[in-house]
Amino acid sequence: MRESDPAVSGATVADALLEVRGLCKRFPGVRALHNVNLTLGRGEVLAVIGENGAGKSTLMKILAGVQEPDSGEILVDGAPVRIDSVRAAEQAGIALIHQELNLADNLDVASNVFLGREPRRFGFVDRHRLYERANPFLAQVGLDCSPRTLVSTLSLGRQQLVEIARALSTNARVLIMDEPTSSLSQHETGRLYRVVKDLRSRGVSVVYISHRLGEVKELADRVVVLRDGENAGELRREEIHHEAMVKLMVGRALGRHARSSFATGDALLAVRGLRTPAYPRSPLDFSMRAGEIVGVAGLVGAGRTELLRVLFGIDRAVGGEVRLRGKLLDLRSPQDAIRAGMALVPEDRKQQGVILEMAVSENIALPSLHRDASAGFRNRRRENEIAVEMSRRLNVKTPNLRQFVQFLSGGNQQKVALAKWLALDPRVLLLDEPTRGIDVGAKQEIYRLMEELAGRGVAILFVSSEMEEVLRMSDRALVMHEGRITGELQRAELSEEAVMRLATGHAK
Amino acid sequence: MKKLLGIFGLFVFIFVVTALINRQFVSAYNLQNLVSWTSLFGIISIGAAFVIITGGIDLSIGSVVGLVGSMMAWLLTQKGWSVPGTLVAVLSVSLLIGLAHGLLITKMGLQPFVVTLCGLLLYRGMARYITDDQSQGFGSAYEGLRQIAIGKWQVNQHFALPVSVFFLAGVAVVAAVFLNRTIWGRYLFALGRNETATRYSGISTDRMKILAYVICSLLAGVGGILFSLNLNSIQPSGLGEFYELYAIAAAVLGGCSLRGGEGTILGVIIGTAVMRVLYNAINILGIPTHLEFAIIGTVILAGVIADELVKRYATRRRAARALRDAAG
Repeated sequence: MRESDPAVSGATVADALLEVRGLCKRFPGVRALHNVNLTLGRGEVLAVIGENGAGKSTLMKILAGVQEPDSGEILVDGAPVRIDSVRAAEQAGIALIHQELNLADNLDVASNVFLGREPRRFGFVDRHRLYERANPFLAQVGLDCSPRTLVSTLSLGRQQLVEIARALSTNARVLIMDEPTSSLSQHETGRLYRVVKDLRSRGVSVVYISHRLGEVKELADRVVVLRDGENAGELRREEIHHEAMVKLMVGRALGRHARSSFATGDALLAVRGLRTPAYPRSPLDFSMRAGEIVGVAGLVGAGRTELLRVLFGIDRAVGGEVRLRGKLLDLRSPQDAIRAGMALVPEDRKQQGVILEMAVSENIALPSLHRDASAGFRNRRRENEIAVEMSRRLNVKTPNLRQFVQFLSGGNQQKVALAKWLALDPRVLLLDEPTRGIDVGAKQEIYRLMEELAGRGVAILFVSSEMEEVLRMSDRALVMHEGRITGELQRAELSEEAVMRLATGHAK
Repeated sequence: MKKLLGIFGLFVFIFVVTALINRQFVSAYNLQNLVSWTSLFGIISIGAAFVIITGGIDLSIGSVVGLVGSMMAWLLTQKGWSVPGTLVAVLSVSLLIGLAHGLLITKMGLQPFVVTLCGLLLYRGMARYITDDQSQGFGSAYEGLRQIAIGKWQVNQHFALPVSVFFLAGVAVVAAVFLNRTIWGRYLFALGRNETATRYSGISTDRMKILAYVICSLLAGVGGILFSLNLNSIQPSGLGEFYELYAIAAAVLGGCSLRGGEGTILGVIIGTAVMRVLYNAINILGIPTHLEFAIIGTVILAGVIADELVKRYATRRRAARALRDAAG
């Protein structure tokens, strides 16, 4: 099925510190990990890379004891271990440094290092020994502050060092770092590199997850690539190059689905200098024509959802303007956006897209209730008509429309989240991960509907982390990275590599 | 519907048992009393239900009753205001209170519990201040006006139906129609279930929440007027004390979940009736008054637990049915 090589162990199995064999993990409706193998040598820095949803996070959570695998083996020093809790992971010598630091910032450094394992004397914490014992670990990570320093007064970079010190104090021999530099300055990043290299020289191994391929090139001894929950390949030190990594991350080009564009006319939606509250220093510029399907690709944290939220009036833009048919829009609430002719199917369908404990028909009719009402009284006939018609158009599978949405499958729930807008005849449809976590059949139906709507002149802007989906559906693709649009690709220019290059920060 | 049967069954049970033990319970005088109190408490409970359906709470209902009741009696008897003027004034105060609650909760993001708790203290204080903490009353004056609260309609030679029942009926019908047949009622239920999804569907959830608090305080004001006219002797420090608890209990017993998104007017009325019948039964059966609160508390807890169990059972059955339908 996949052309890439199966995993080849860099270190010989015999002296591997950590070994993962055939790890599998399923979540409802999705296969997060399938037969994943990994070996980690002593004093080695292993980078694990992959696209969104490739399985990196799940793999790390299993190693750290936060989740348990469905099947597979984990061996430490050649002996199988069962990591069923964070404590068990600690005892196996594995520590996880979270992306969002896990410190008690109202306590001091030493208390954090030994949190839960404080030296005691007659039941009270022995403060003297606490500070004494903390010092060597602080020295190991190069933290030059006093162990009595309050963590909240430390910079993020230093806080991270405290977490590393804590991991070391548990005699961790494997440190897993998840996107460690995402909140660090240039200077702090440099210091982290030194710490990682120093740990390596002392025989501590590091599993390093990052989207920043430049860092991976700088630090890693080996790189393991995951794709769709499976091993996609490995690179040894001399083979680690940007292109090689990207190629393994996205795999071979699959057969291109032919689509003709329905784009017509001049710009329907024009966005100029738009700045979201999350990324106020990155102005966004783009436009869309009627009937055009524009994909927005990028890695997690690129700012795609933030863009949709501002367009739909959920968050207020810090600057810039949005024009629909040339008219300037004042978007202060979803109501304003809807009145202008926009619709949004949000990322989190259970919390934002539908009302779970309400009937299918009631959900579908909700946005258009006001339009068919007379003197405030609901038009029950119209409500039912709309519900029947829209669920038929989208093929919502439910024994009856009075069923609560919570009992529908994910795919059908998503269809309800979409169907509710159809009665309002939107001009611009915003979709955030429209087919995430839904079955193949429902996916096809949603693609079919997108094309149908585009054929009717609706401009569709869809955010997606699924490469195949972006390639298949987009007339054009905008690629974002850390709040900026790094590039725009026409359909003819679309390829996995091209998207990935832009998504990892390279300009076009 | 099944839920209502349960609570109605409880009502019938308490009624029948008490009637069997003490025939006085079903005397015309006692039944009239029961109907009258149920009507008055029913009105404020319906107000509470609106707020609870949106997932909020109003702890100031009793104090609004106290403030409005005291103010009305004071304006009429001490300040010599006209009846229409007084009614407009006190109802305006109720409306403003509701508006204030709504604005503080939506625009400032304050917790309903905190805002209305402060209201509870504030309005009670205002009632006592305005009246100089003096007991108010109508004496033998204002007979005509007082009829709306204490008047009775002679149905037959044995029984006279208190006029306040018609007030309850009026409020109940309007409330039920509002909740079940209008778009705003649908919006209230939706926002109680999931405020975010409702807001993302283009509904102004802030405006709807403010409306719910205004309705609640307005109905508390109406209750205040009726309670005041009924009692005739009004203590500004005591009128309406604990009424918010009775109102909330009645709404919860009647099927309103404190999480929001659920509730029926009929259920609230039955819930009110259960509370009143229980209170009445305790008195008539000679159970010592210091046990009163304990018994009422226990019954409410039992009612709510039973409700939760019934709901779980119903959800399990619905899920099983959904599974069967999907497979078959």
